Amino acid sequence: MSATSIAEPATTDMEPSHDERSRPVHDTWVIAKRGLKHMRRQPEALADATFQPIMFVLLFAYVFGGAIAIPGAEDDPGAYREFLMGGIFAQTLSFGVFGVAMALAADFNNGAMDRFRSLPIARGSVLAGHSLANLIRAAIPIVLMSLTGLIVGWQPRGSFFDTIAAYALMLAFTFAMIWIGVLLASLVRTPEAVQGVAFVAIFPLTFVASTFVPTSTLPGILKTIAEWNPISSVANALRELFNNPGTVVPADAPWPLHHSIAYTLIWTVLIIVITAPLAIRAYQRSIGD
Amino acid sequence: MTSSPTYAIEAKGLVKRFGDKTALHGVDFAVPAGTVTAVLGPNGAGKTTAVRILTTLSSADAGTAKVAGFDVASQGTQVRRRIGLTAQEATVDGLLTGRENLQMLGELHHLGKAEASKRADQLLEDFSLSDSGDRLARDYSGGMRRRLDLAATIVARPEVLFLDEPTTGLDPRARAELWDVLDQLVGRGTTLMLTTQYLEEAERLADDIVVIDHGRVIAQGDSRELKRRVGGDQLQVVVREAAQLEHAAKILGRGANAEVQVDEGSRSATVPTRSGVAALAAVSVALADAGIEVDDLGMRQPTLDEVFLTLTGSPVENAEELQEATR
Repeated sequence: MSATSIAEPATTDMEPSHDERSRPVHDTWVIAKRGLKHMRRQPEALADATFQPIMFVLLFAYVFGGAIAIPGAEDDPGAYREFLMGGIFAQTLSFGVFGVAMALAADFNNGAMDRFRSLPIARGSVLAGHSLANLIRAAIPIVLMSLTGLIVGWQPRGSFFDTIAAYALMLAFTFAMIWIGVLLASLVRTPEAVQGVAFVAIFPLTFVASTFVPTSTLPGILKTIAEWNPISSVANALRELFNNPGTVVPADAPWPLHHSIAYTLIWTVLIIVITAPLAIRAYQRSIGD
Repeated sequence: MTSSPTYAIEAKGLVKRFGDKTALHGVDFAVPAGTVTAVLGPNGAGKTTAVRILTTLSSADAGTAKVAGFDVASQGTQVRRRIGLTAQEATVDGLLTGRENLQMLGELHHLGKAEASKRADQLLEDFSLSDSGDRLARDYSGGMRRRLDLAATIVARPEVLFLDEPTTGLDPRARAELWDVLDQLVGRGTTLMLTTQYLEEAERLADDIVVIDHGRVIAQGDSRELKRRVGGDQLQVVVREAAQLEHAAKILGRGANAEVQVDEGSRSATVPTRSGVAALAAVSVALADAGIEVDDLGMRQPTLDEVFLTLTGSPVENAEELQEATR
């Protein structure tokens, strides 16, 4: 019919062809790429993953190192630097909570969530994209610290497979931290509040641990906290897998010190199993009406 | 298409409560496909709440709504494939360039990488952003951000477009530019629903206007109908000497069959008129003949306040409480 072109204006040649399929992997990757670009463009927000761990390695290795003796390696002057690395890895991985929490909190406050939610993207891909980007982000401090460690005299002295296992454990623990980060951001919702929690909760927790000193040197209740602290456990597990000093524990030490790898895995799984559903629920509530 | 007339948006009895506040008390309206409807109302009237329900961001406590033929509650994904939403606050990603913003949304709409890139180029050009396409959006001006936001909204060529107060916070020039862009969009057959606090904007853009207050639709019709109810255009004169105000008001009142409003403070007299320019010309001659010195003389549109005053019998309340409750 010749009148059609008038009755139905120019829309025919641009009739939208809706892709009715759900493509969760594709959507997640697009959101993850966005997250990675964000990180590249605000290097100041990467300080906790770049500058800070390197600074900590150097500070502790050279400033405090000489004053701290490692049980079982009292005569080795380089022992503390090797001992230190497992601790700083553990501390930095724990700070992994904040990368994802800050990114999500920013999105809660700049309208990005509404934009994403009005798009036909697969359910959960925003969350998955953020998590993936932050899992990739976690590789930055791991690589930087490993290099700094090599410079100050640290080395993975375990078998090849133990070394692989150590790095795999780091990623698994990072994944658990990301879920805590999602939960935290969904509960407090603003970047300022996320940072507040950083200093009140997680920062001290990384010190009341075997990160920088052997737990045997801590007094009373702090010692008990440190012995059961999962961050200690990560540090100890990494020392064990890297075959670094500091893994010698007294026979009467509590179970986690004797089984740091198992204890770390239990914590990792527990955190994911408990936090993930809570985080997803809190997240959905916070983006909902 | 299934039925005619085809409505792009059909809302029936929408109710939304936030705690003990009711943001929408059973809102009904229908927007025929390919037309523009403005939802006009003050802050806190429930405009944004309605938009959020229609765009699946929020769920209604009662009532139903269909957008592009799909139920917003049970067929959210289908609805989202066919709509575009520009929220009240521009939601462009400041850490991405303009081009990257559009490219990302194209990919999230599954246009494919190459097509998304082509579409981004085209939109940057359409919205006069080609020169700044590779700058980070956080460095854009307010008007540019709005344009990018709108471009982002139409990446996937939505059938139904929702704009929540698209020009709030823009300077007059940026507002005029955005209006031109919207004209072009509508010319292509997109159904558009926008919310606004400005009668002028509703009149400029919309075929139909839905006036909403305290979560209720209080009037509906085209701008001509609404203004007829408010008394239409107004003729206003501002005199130089306060002493001559009374005389000027008398002249103004001559041809009109409504009461002249006199404001001593601003030395102005205002009267509703239906004869437009003819009345203006007559008054202008009469004022000159009477030797009254005039600072300003012109036609003025009723303000939203006046529309509300007429429609509700009460002035616009700043319903901030309700707005807070919707946060």
